[in-house]
Amino acid sequence: MSRLTLSVNGNDVDVDVDPNTPLLWVLRDHLQLVGTKYGCGIAQCGACTVHLNGVAVRSCILPVSIVGDQPVTTIEGLSPEGTHPVQEAWLGHDVPQCGYCQAGQIMTAAALLAQNPSPSDDEIDGAMSGNLCRCGTYTRIHAAIKTAADNR
Amino acid sequence: MATVKTTLDRRTFLQASALAGGGMMLRFSWLAGSEPTTDLLDRVQEEWFDLNGFVKIGTDGMVTIMSPNPEIGQNVKTSMPMIVAEELDVDWHQVVVEQAPLNTDIFTRQLAGGSQSIRQGWQGLRMAGAAARHMLREAAAQAWGVSAADVTTAAGVLRHPGSGRSASFGALASAAAERPIPEEVELKNVKDFTIIGTPRPNVDGHKIVTGQPLFGLDYQRDGMLIAMIAHPPAFGMKLKSVDDTAARAMPGIRDVFTINTFEPDYDKHMFDATCFTDLVVVVGNTTWEVMNAKKALQLEWEATDEYLDTYAHYITGAKSSRRMPAGLEDSRTHAAQMAELGARSANVVRRDGDPETAFANAARVLERSYTAPFLAHNCMEPMNFFANVTDRSAELAGPVQTPEHMERSVAARLGLPLGRVDIQMTRMGGGFGRRLYGHFLVEVAAISQKMNAPIKLVYTREDDMTYGIYRPSYHATYRAAFDADDNLTALHVRAGGIPESPLFANRFPAGAVDNYLAEAWAIDSNVSIGAFRAPRSNFIAGAEQAFLDEVAETMGKDPIALRLELLDRARTNPVGERNDYDAARYAGVLELVRDESDWGNAETDLHRGVAAYFCHNTYVAQVLDMVVEDGTPVIQDVHCAIDCGIVVNPLAATNLAEGGIVDGIGHAMYSGLTLTDGVPDQQNFDRYRLIRHGEAPKAIHVHFVQNEIDPTGLGEPPFPPVMGALANALYRATGKRVYDQPFARQIGVLMG
Repeated sequence: MSRLTLSVNGNDVDVDVDPNTPLLWVLRDHLQLVGTKYGCGIAQCGACTVHLNGVAVRSCILPVSIVGDQPVTTIEGLSPEGTHPVQEAWLGHDVPQCGYCQAGQIMTAAALLAQNPSPSDDEIDGAMSGNLCRCGTYTRIHAAIKTAADNR
Repeated sequence: MATVKTTLDRRTFLQASALAGGGMMLRFSWLAGSEPTTDLLDRVQEEWFDLNGFVKIGTDGMVTIMSPNPEIGQNVKTSMPMIVAEELDVDWHQVVVEQAPLNTDIFTRQLAGGSQSIRQGWQGLRMAGAAARHMLREAAAQAWGVSAADVTTAAGVLRHPGSGRSASFGALASAAAERPIPEEVELKNVKDFTIIGTPRPNVDGHKIVTGQPLFGLDYQRDGMLIAMIAHPPAFGMKLKSVDDTAARAMPGIRDVFTINTFEPDYDKHMFDATCFTDLVVVVGNTTWEVMNAKKALQLEWEATDEYLDTYAHYITGAKSSRRMPAGLEDSRTHAAQMAELGARSANVVRRDGDPETAFANAARVLERSYTAPFLAHNCMEPMNFFANVTDRSAELAGPVQTPEHMERSVAARLGLPLGRVDIQMTRMGGGFGRRLYGHFLVEVAAISQKMNAPIKLVYTREDDMTYGIYRPSYHATYRAAFDADDNLTALHVRAGGIPESPLFANRFPAGAVDNYLAEAWAIDSNVSIGAFRAPRSNFIAGAEQAFLDEVAETMGKDPIALRLELLDRARTNPVGERNDYDAARYAGVLELVRDESDWGNAETDLHRGVAAYFCHNTYVAQVLDMVVEDGTPVIQDVHCAIDCGIVVNPLAATNLAEGGIVDGIGHAMYSGLTLTDGVPDQQNFDRYRLIRHGEAPKAIHVHFVQNEIDPTGLGEPPFPPVMGALANALYRATGKRVYDQPFARQIGVLMG
C-alpha cells in the first residue's frame, strides 16, 4: 500500500492504496466518485474516461501511481453546475437512453473540443470511436458534439 | 371525456388510500444518499399528500408521480408518469418523478420486457391520474359549496368559472386525500391531451450528464464488501476443486467459498435460467483487490453429465424442460448440424393449400438459407446487485427487469417469507433481455447471508460475456415457387436453431400466399440462452425480408410494391384464419416510409434497401440508404416509419427507434459469439465487435403514423427489420447477397 495525494476535481485528496490500482477503482471505491464507469477494464469501451491534465484517458488501465500531481477531472468535476457546453448539448439533444456510457462519452467529447474547437465529422468519428454505446445513441452524440462546438 | 369504471383497480386504490390514511407525510428516498441537484428538487415540501399509490401532491403544488416499471433505457421513467400527469391535468414542470418501490398490489406489472410497459400500463396509469384529479375536484366542490361537475382543471389549478374561484392542487391536496376513491372516473379525449404526444426530456437527464449515482454498480453502503464469482470457463463444465490458498493470502480478502445458486429441491421459474449454479465466491474490501484475488484462484473443472433443465412459465406456471447434453460444443460443429437439419423435413407448424404440389409444378424455385450466431447481450453495466441479508429480512438493490419474480427466488433461497424480501429498482445500464434472468440476485443474497454483511456482487466484463444466457444461434431456409409467368405460387420456410426455432408461422407472409408451409426444428445444446431484444424476430425478420427482396427481384417487381400486393391480398382475401397481424396497418407503414424516403426517385445515387416487420404489437418499415466510399459501405440515412398507436413522448420514442436501428445494424454487421470446446472465443470488447460511433448511420429519420389507437411498445420493434434493410442495401451496393451474420465477415470478401 502507498499513501498518495491526488488532485481530483480541483481538490487534493489522500488515498492509501496498492500503487498498481487503476485510477478507476480509486475514484469509485476509495473516493466515492462513481460517475466514472466500469465497462471492460481493458480500455476498449471508454466508459471510464476521465481527463488527466486535460487529456482524455481510460482510467481502467491507468495505475494510480502514474497520476502523480497531474490534475484529474471526472464527470463530477467537469463543471460546477452541470453546465459545461457538452453537458448542455447532451441535455438539449436528450442523448441518453440507459445513460451508463454517457459520462465517458461526455468526457471524451469535452477533451476533443478543448483541443479542436471545430472538429469535422471525420474528426468526431475518430475521437469518439473508442466509446461504445450499447443503446445506439451515436447519431445524437454526434449532433450534440456539433451543437457544443457551435456554442463554445 | 370517456367515463371508465375503476373497478378493475379497486383493490389497488383502496390499498393505496389505506396507506395514505387521509394524508400522511412522506419523504423522498434518495439512492445512496445522493443529494438532489436540480432547482426543482431543491424546493422543500412541507407536506406531501398521497392520493393513491401513484400520486403525491405537496402543499405548494409540486406533484410526485411514481414510475412503476424498471428503467432500462427505454425511458419509461419519463413516459409512464407523463400518462398519469396527463389525466391528473398537472403542469409537467411541477412534476417530480420517483422510482416506485416493488409493490405489485399497487403497481401491477413491474416488469421491463416484451415492449409491454406502456401498452399494459396505459389504462391503469390514466386511471391513477384521473382518480386523483377526481378527488381534487370533489375537494374543491366541497370547499366552495359548488358542484364537482362545474369544477375544471388545467395545469395544476382548480377553477369554478361560475364563481371565479380558483385554487392550486397543493392548496386542496390535504382535503383531496380525505375524499373516497371514485368508483368511476372520466378519461380525457385524445384530442385534449396536452402532455401525451409532446416531447419531454428524460427526467434523469441532468443526473446522467453530471455523473450522479443512479445505477446498481454505484450503490454504496457503510460496511459494504465486494464479491465476485468464478463460473466454469466452458459450457458443459462444472467445478471439481478449489485451491484458494494464494487468493486468501492476498490483501483485502475476507473470504473465499463456494455456493450453489439454488437448493436441490427448488422449483425454478423461467427467469431463474442459468446453467452455472456451482460458483466460487471471493469476498473482499475493494473491487480491485477482489479482481486480483480471483485471478489467483487455482480451480479445476470437470465435465457435466447430461441433465434435464425444467422451468415453470412465469405467468401460466406450465413447466417445460430442455435436455442439456454432456460435452464441449463448438461453433463449427453447430454450423454443420444446422445445415444438416435445415435440409431435412421438420415439424410442420402451418400448412395452407397444397405447397408440395405447387413446388412440384413450379417453373422456377428460389431457395436461400440464412444464419446468425449466438449473441451476448453485453449491457454496458455488467451484471451486479446489492444485498444486505439478516436473520429476519433481506434488502436488495440493483438492476433487474423482473424484480417481482426474482423476489420469489430470493425468498426461497434464503428461507424467508416473501414479505421480508425487499428489492429496490435502480436505473439500469442496459437490459436488452439479459436482466430478465436474475440469478445474480440469488447469488448475492446467498453470499450476504453467508458473510452476514452487506455485499455488492460485481461481474467483470469477462464474467458477464462468458456467462451464457445468449441469443440462440439460428438457421432459416426459405423457398419460393413461381409459375412460368413469374407469379409467386408457394412459399416455404423451414427455420431452426440452437436450441430453439425462430419461426413465427402465423406472421406475414402467411395469410398472403395460397400455398404456404412452415416447419420448425431445434438442436439440443448445453449453452444457456435467454430473451434478447425482440426474441426470434431479431433473426427471422431479417431473413424473411431479405428473401422477399429476392422474390421481388425474381418477379421483376419493386420490393415495396410486392409487399403491398401481398398485404392487399392478406387484407381483402386472407389465406387461413390465424394470421397474427393487421394487414392495413402493415401496409400503412410501408406506404409512409415509401413516401417519406422518396423511394421512387430514380435520380438517386444511393443504394437502397427496404424491410418491414410486425412484432411486439408495433408495425415498422425502414428504408436504408448506402453509399460506397473507398470500398467501404457507408450508411447515409435510415428512414423509419412506425405505427405504435398514440406516441406518448415523441422525443424519447424517436431516440428509442434510432437506437434500435443502430443496434440492429450493429449486430447484423459486426457481432457474434462463437465457441471452441465449449469456451467463448470472445470474452471482452477487444474480440467481441459492437458497432462504433463512425459506423452508425449518418442520419436517421423516424416517422410516426398519426392515429388514436391505444399505444404499443417501442423497445423491440424497430430492431429486427433493419437487418433485412441492411442486407438488401448491401446487395444493391455490392451486387452480391449476404446470408450469414455478421455480414462484415462477408463484406471483406465482397468489397475486395
